[in-house]
Amino acid sequence: MLKISQNENRIDFEGELSFSEVKQAYDTLQKIIKITNQDLIFDLEKISKIDSSGVAFLDIAREKLKSKNLELKIFNTSQDIQEVIQTFSAGKVALNLQVKKDGFLESIGDSFYGFIQNLENLLYLISDIFFWSIVGIFNRKGARKDSFIQQAVLIGVNSVPILGLISLLIGLILALQSAEQLRQFGANIYVADLIAVSMTREMGPLITAIILSGRSGSAIASEVATMVVTEELDALKTMGINPVRYVYVPKIHAITIVMPLLAILSIVIGIAGGFLIGYFYLDLSFNAYLKETLSVLYLKDFVTGILKSIAFAWIIVISGCFYGSIVRGGAEGVGKATTASVVASIFMVILADSLFSLIFYF
Amino acid sequence: MQNVIEIENLVAKYGEKVILDGINVNIPKGKITIVLGGSGSGKTTFLRSIIGLLEPAEGTVKMLGKIVNQLDEKEQEEVLKQIGVLFQNGALLNSISISENVSVPLEKHTNLPKEIIDKIVESKLSLVSLSHALKLLPSELSGGMKKRAALARAIALDPQILFCDEPSAGLDPITSVNLDELILKLKDQLKISILIITHELASIHRIADEIIFLSKGKLIFQGTLEEAKNSGIEEVVEFFKIGEF
Ligand SMILES: Nc1ncnc2c1ncn2[C@@H]1O[C@H](COP(=O)(O)OP(=O)(O)O)[C@@H](O)[C@H]1O
Ligand SMILES: [Mg+2]
Repeated sequence: MLKISQNENRIDFEGELSFSEVKQAYDTLQKIIKITNQDLIFDLEKISKIDSSGVAFLDIAREKLKSKNLELKIFNTSQDIQEVIQTFSAGKVALNLQVKKDGFLESIGDSFYGFIQNLENLLYLISDIFFWSIVGIFNRKGARKDSFIQQAVLIGVNSVPILGLISLLIGLILALQSAEQLRQFGANIYVADLIAVSMTREMGPLITAIILSGRSGSAIASEVATMVVTEELDALKTMGINPVRYVYVPKIHAITIVMPLLAILSIVIGIAGGFLIGYFYLDLSFNAYLKETLSVLYLKDFVTGILKSIAFAWIIVISGCFYGSIVRGGAEGVGKATTASVVASIFMVILADSLFSLIFYF
Repeated sequence: MQNVIEIENLVAKYGEKVILDGINVNIPKGKITIVLGGSGSGKTTFLRSIIGLLEPAEGTVKMLGKIVNQLDEKEQEEVLKQIGVLFQNGALLNSISISENVSVPLEKHTNLPKEIIDKIVESKLSLVSLSHALKLLPSELSGGMKKRAALARAIALDPQILFCDEPSAGLDPITSVNLDELILKLKDQLKISILIITHELASIHRIADEIIFLSKGKLIFQGTLEEAKNSGIEEVVEFFKIGEF
């Protein structure tokens, strides 16, 4: 409780000047400062308790008056209160610091038990991530400032050069491999169909996912694992901040936007690679190649490509976050978690890819 | 309320491995309690169980009159607001500056204007002599500086209870003396109850009001420094004689 009464330039405070009351004191101060043109006197005789926020308030009051060439005089502070003010008054007082080994069956049992427990944790993590990702779209409170853009740059932009190069090479290789057969049948133009369909439906999203597993998935896993090892995640929890929201969700949001863009980039560059072979080796003109490419691609191919790449994106982030979060031991554990995450995410991406092929084209 | 923390029959496990095996202990209000025990004896686990990071396998932990793992989200936030934790590795958030780290709890738990928050941050960082490092990232600090920055964050909200996991490990003796003085000030001036895990004998002599001693998952001693030295319990007496585990 805080009571503030003003008598000309003298302000009496009664009660506590602590975290829950300082806002009120500050608001009152704002009003008084605006109109006053004389020095202020704060009478703290009836203050029963002050803490660091109260001291910060006094400091601010002094500074505000000073900027108007006025002075703050503080009266009637008890010994206790003076001590607290001395401790916390900013800039003034500074510290002058310069086993037993398990049997075979037991260890099988243990690892099975561990697997079940991990599975449970994984399901929790997935549901948490999706819940907060959706909440996070509408309510940005509790997320790190600017983290979305930062993550998007980290995940996306930095992968562009390597992704571009590899997509080009894949386009070249696919086209070269088929060029010889097609030429024998005089079916040169069909190289465009082949490249367009395989890049859009399959290779573009897949190459992107594999590169991002290696580049971003591993970065995510090691970042999260490091946060676990250094107790950063614990610290967030004890400050009442949800780590899923603060750390994982910005990554999900960023990759959901960035991954399809990267996949499209990969598709386009792959097709360009195919064109190079078509042009120099199969004597196809640019117009003919483009026309053939556009005629063979349906909207469905694009949509499935994009959907796939989004699913792959989620697999990569979730795998990184999960393996990062179950890290054991110190710095050494971080390396292991990173490796495990990359292996698992590449495997899961390919598994998911086969499922998609079944669903969409069978 | 005499005790800020009341622990009954606490059993803590990692998987099937029992780390703490039936701990009964009360932590007194307004005092500095030192947790002692050899490396790996479960001190950090003890702390994690108290602050709700590790669900007890059995037993209850009552903090500030509330049972820690039975709180709804709102009550939990209320309790978290009243505690500060200095983790063994500092646990600063690496992507933001030192001053932003200290302002995280202030922004999360108060509605104070930015001006006041900045002032509090400045004051807390000057308390730990890091006024010159406000804008630095954690990766740009030495180990000891990280610890001090983390302490500034832990006391950002003037908590009722402060937990410190090995605060002076890796600090030079002068810094460590100053840290102890700061901890004493926090106790005397803000009436903070403080629980500290440490092995530093000199530091224990300067600040301890109460000592609890963990060994093999059990609490083998609780009492004052004098009582500990005269307890006749071999492991305890040994520690105070040699000063290490
Ligand atoms: N996350 C964990 N998973 C499994 N075992 C752990 C974990 N953390 C700690 N332990 C084990 O629990 C025991 C007690 O650890 P800890 O509480 O950190 O000890 P102290 O802090 O006293 O050095 C050690 O044997 C340690 O190996
Ligand atoms: Mg420890």
